[in-house]
Amino acid sequence: MAYFFYHTLAGQIILMVLETLAVLVPLLLGVAYLTLMERKVMAAMQRRRGPNVNGLFGLLQAFADAIKMIFKETVIPAGANRALFLFAPFLTFSLAMVAWAVIPTGNGLAVANINVGILYLLAISSLGVYGIIIAGWASNSKYAFMGAMRSAAQMVSYEVSIGLIIVSVLLAVGSLNLNDIVLAQRHIWFCLPMFPMFIVFFISALAETGRAPFDLPEGESELVAGFFVEYSSLAFGLFFLGEYANMILMSSMVSILFLGGWLPPLGLAPFTWVPGPLWLVFKILFCLFVFIWVRATFPRFRYDQLMRLGWKVFLPLSLVWMIATAAFLMATGLLPQVGGV
Amino acid sequence: MIPQLVFYVFATVLLVSAVMVISARNPVHSVLFLILAFFNAAGLFLVAGAEFLAMLLVIVYVGAVAVLFLFVVMMLDIDFTKMREGLQHYAPLGACVGGVLFFELIMAFSDWKMVPASTIAPLTGAPGLTNTAALGTLIYTHYVLLFQACGLVLLVAMVGAIVLTLRDTGMGRRQIIDRQHARTPADTLELVDAPLGASVSAQGGFLRPHQSYHETSVPGSYASGGMIEAEKREEEV
Repeated sequence: MAYFFYHTLAGQIILMVLETLAVLVPLLLGVAYLTLMERKVMAAMQRRRGPNVNGLFGLLQAFADAIKMIFKETVIPAGANRALFLFAPFLTFSLAMVAWAVIPTGNGLAVANINVGILYLLAISSLGVYGIIIAGWASNSKYAFMGAMRSAAQMVSYEVSIGLIIVSVLLAVGSLNLNDIVLAQRHIWFCLPMFPMFIVFFISALAETGRAPFDLPEGESELVAGFFVEYSSLAFGLFFLGEYANMILMSSMVSILFLGGWLPPLGLAPFTWVPGPLWLVFKILFCLFVFIWVRATFPRFRYDQLMRLGWKVFLPLSLVWMIATAAFLMATGLLPQVGGV
Repeated sequence: MIPQLVFYVFATVLLVSAVMVISARNPVHSVLFLILAFFNAAGLFLVAGAEFLAMLLVIVYVGAVAVLFLFVVMMLDIDFTKMREGLQHYAPLGACVGGVLFFELIMAFSDWKMVPASTIAPLTGAPGLTNTAALGTLIYTHYVLLFQACGLVLLVAMVGAIVLTLRDTGMGRRQIIDRQHARTPADTLELVDAPLGASVSAQGGFLRPHQSYHETSVPGSYASGGMIEAEKREEEV
């Protein structure tokens, strides 16, 4: 049996499909329940009940929404670029799925444990902007186009500070492998020594996923719904799923880079009884809760304030922090040893 | 077998999309094909075992450069008929350049054959090193001066671009957040002890703002307060 799965081509392909399903099925279920969680948490914060009709505690609400959405008509605007219009939601959705290939849910438990895992994540998240730009352009609508332009500028700006923060984490780890990044936090999670960067990274993650208070690409009060104004039915549903999958992805990135991934808070008995993947899920849930909390609390940023925060506050801050980290590691001799030529 | 297949798929898509970049009628499609070409080039790097370069290609070119490119091209208002007018004019020159390049390609690849499996096999780098570490050592240790010089060139270009485009006329309204935060109620607001009805009687019965729009507006209009005068004029008309 083991020989079949690891040493024959058919076995390897079957194994790969199974591994992929083992990641995607929980992810999609997670997305479905994240929408419910968002509505429930926001309802609790606003002293409402939230969805409570479909199923016990509204547990079937997400599926009811999905079925409703599937049965709607797909409307393609007259002046739209048909092929690109339909391509954009698929791109957004599939990118949100593809990134999960490298997320380790336990020691060595990733579909692809590659050496440049963190760069892969950065690359995939930087591709995310294309789904939005193409959607905005192909819709042939002013609101959609303005939403796309805003989103392009926003995502490119915040990626810069995300990149620099990742560099300062990598300085302390000495490897681009996500598994190594988590293992480097055995003794102390990076959110403690790098607390300011943890906060900056979290805020940048909000901006990168286009969540409130940085949801200018959607901006429903000015741009109706921004880049997906013209979308309906399943195409809209894919954008929706993509956005929530991206939220979970960003939360898992925060967990892996700063909250010790699958590691328990302390290596002591009651904590080590809980299996690693569950710890990762707890941390992701915590981050998602904060995402929702922020949405229920803060008003939307104005566009120039958004750009100012990205370029004039976060960029210098993360640059200085990176240099300070490097200097500190050099001075104390803690710099991780990577073989030289 | 499989690496060869993957190589040919990436290479074919790369070449086709590169041709589409110059032959697509719509410039936005051109840029999207360019992005596809970058992406497949990254795939080729992966096949060659240069994972770091592959990821960097996607992050830098696809994720940042091409986005800005797409940004600009989408905003352009291009008149296609005008663009085609130039075709006759530039055709001889273009043909010359193309011919030279084609001749050179023939010279370089005259003994072209199906790629042997050995050339597709991943390159073997320094032993015991990931290629990120190998590249890092090479650039930041052995060629650090050249690297710094490159950075300096880019910095100059960046400063130049900013100097060329920055037109601060001092006319725009801008928000200086530090100043806003430093402002206290005492700086801007004043509590005045006004006796009840005092200003009303001084102004002859009604209160109006001092130095406001109403005084500087057209005399005789409703806004100036000269209602009677304005009504008279209307009656005349």
